[in-house]
Amino acid sequence: MKSEPEESWKLRLYVSGETLNSRAALKNLKKICEEHQEHKFIIEVIDLLKNPELARGDQIIAVPTLVRQLPPPIRKIIGDLSNTEKVLIGLDIIPLPVR
Amino acid sequence: MPKVKAKRTLTKQSRIKKVLTGIQGLDEITEGGLPQGRPTLVCGSAGCGKTLLSMEFLVNGARDYDEPGVFIAFEEKEEELAENMESLGFNLKELEKKKKLAIDYILIERGEVEETGEYDLGGLFIRIEYAVRQVGARRIVIDSIETLFSGLQNENILRAELRRLFRWLKDKGLTAMITAEPGQGTLTRHGIEEYVADCVILLDHRVTEQTSTRRMRIIKYRGSVHGANEYPFIISEEGISVLPLTSIGRAYKVSRQHISTGVPRLDAMMDGKGYFRGSSILVTGTAGTGKSSIAMHMADATCRRGENCLYLASDASPDQIVRDAKSIGINLAKWARQGLLRFQSTRPTFSGMEAHLVYIHKTVNEFDPKVLVFDPISSMASTSSTLEVHSMLLRLIDFLKSRGITNLCTNLTTGGKFLEQPEVDISSVMDTWLLLRDVEYSGERTRMLSILKSRGMDHSNQMREFLITSKGVDLIDAYLGSGLVLTGAARTVQEMKEREEALLRAQETKRLEREIERNRKSTEAKINALRIELESREEEVKTLIQHQITNEKILTNDREIMGGMRKADSR
Repeated sequence: MKSEPEESWKLRLYVSGETLNSRAALKNLKKICEEHQEHKFIIEVIDLLKNPELARGDQIIAVPTLVRQLPPPIRKIIGDLSNTEKVLIGLDIIPLPVR
Repeated sequence: MPKVKAKRTLTKQSRIKKVLTGIQGLDEITEGGLPQGRPTLVCGSAGCGKTLLSMEFLVNGARDYDEPGVFIAFEEKEEELAENMESLGFNLKELEKKKKLAIDYILIERGEVEETGEYDLGGLFIRIEYAVRQVGARRIVIDSIETLFSGLQNENILRAELRRLFRWLKDKGLTAMITAEPGQGTLTRHGIEEYVADCVILLDHRVTEQTSTRRMRIIKYRGSVHGANEYPFIISEEGISVLPLTSIGRAYKVSRQHISTGVPRLDAMMDGKGYFRGSSILVTGTAGTGKSSIAMHMADATCRRGENCLYLASDASPDQIVRDAKSIGINLAKWARQGLLRFQSTRPTFSGMEAHLVYIHKTVNEFDPKVLVFDPISSMASTSSTLEVHSMLLRLIDFLKSRGITNLCTNLTTGGKFLEQPEVDISSVMDTWLLLRDVEYSGERTRMLSILKSRGMDHSNQMREFLITSKGVDLIDAYLGSGLVLTGAARTVQEMKEREEALLRAQETKRLEREIERNRKSTEAKINALRIELESREEEVKTLIQHQITNEKILTNDREIMGGMRKADSR
């Protein structure tokens, strides 16, 4: 399933402060977005240390957590996003490898 | 039990600070509550009351001890929790509004979350901390943390984070309750006990002979003594109640005050004053010997003094008891209306024996009766094994005695056995034992009452005939003659005989009296006759004399006439 380039992707990255994991996650996410410029990404980073009440809405337990808000359905990826392929599959940017 | 004593002294030494749970009975078996500022593990399989126990711990803290709480729910949503707890009388919404309670439902998406790379449970920590800060929590419940294991794949991270979580809870000084389900041969499915080891409470739900029993056991309590037994508990409309009956020592004060039995002649048999206050009275007898009547009198006498009486009737409905009491001239309805008398007539088979006893406990705590009537305790025997019944009753009696509540238990003895061996043998702990028996004699049954024992008083050893009349129970002296105790018709016959003899004696006297009268009368008659005879004799004599005088006169006259004729001058 190929997504149309005009479709915008709304991603939220939940972190808790400036930890190694959060920095890594943000870095990895940015890299993925750059590599997939056929999509329009809107990235929102939420620091739960500053806005703890927001953890409830998306049911965040682990940090960092990446949430795909749009397009539906909501998808979540936990971790520093170091495995690019897993992130792409998790976000449904690329279909499951048929290899 | 020396064990109890040892426990008491240890408690004084124990340095551990505890917080009261406010859960009936739990604070007693933990000797003061859960360890303050430490996590307690509550384990038990599904449906055994973990969530309820932990929620009650929070609600009581928030409501009664000014310790706000946080409930981290992994299994039920806030709304579901609020609804479930409302049926038990906990208004979670209101406590939340007052900022005394915070509930956070944490959804774990099972296996739907992709994991890539390193992470930590910072999100969870932040949520917990946020909730704790919101209400200024002193208590926290995490129900149940093991759900995390199904949502997260990296167990290494999870375990490390759990360790961090419990350390964090301790650092924050939060008294925590962590729930978990038991695994195969382990306390918890994922070995949580490794992290939470200060206090472990095990809940259990068993069904034996169609009767369910919930039990609680303190497996471990670091730095503190605790009751080691399994304690039955129930979930009622007011939450959890644990039955810590064995924890009660036997060092209660006894009263020297007497209270009336409600039957004057029975009072007379017991030092003239009746039962001791706070004592245990056992009334045994076969069916229909009047056990309940004694119980009704007791209830009536209690209410007459203006004291509360709790009437546990497992064989009859309150209405029936009121009716039956009325037939022997006791108006129990009046006392019930005035609120002095309360009936509780649930059958123990209905809710299980432990539950039954917990209800009794609750009612006693709430109603505060001075006298408890339990009619009959033998109904307990139908629910469980004799051993169990025995221990439960001992606990109940201990509990009542420690409260100074006079209790009267009736117990049915079935025919064929020794009368002195009731169905439920608890006689050793009873202070007074009244034995009612049926005596069959000359085609008739009569009731007899005797006092088998009555500790601490000079009681009558005599058997009394026990009468149930429309004006209540009455005791009358049985006929004691020629070494035989006669009752009923036999006694009546004997009494009739005596009356007859008395009558005969009276008749004899009358007869003698009449005879003398007759004698007197006949003598008088004789005297009369003699007098009449005498009188007639006198008359006769008088007539004779008169005759002679007349004759003399006539003679003289004649002589004068003759002399005149002869011209006699002899004069």
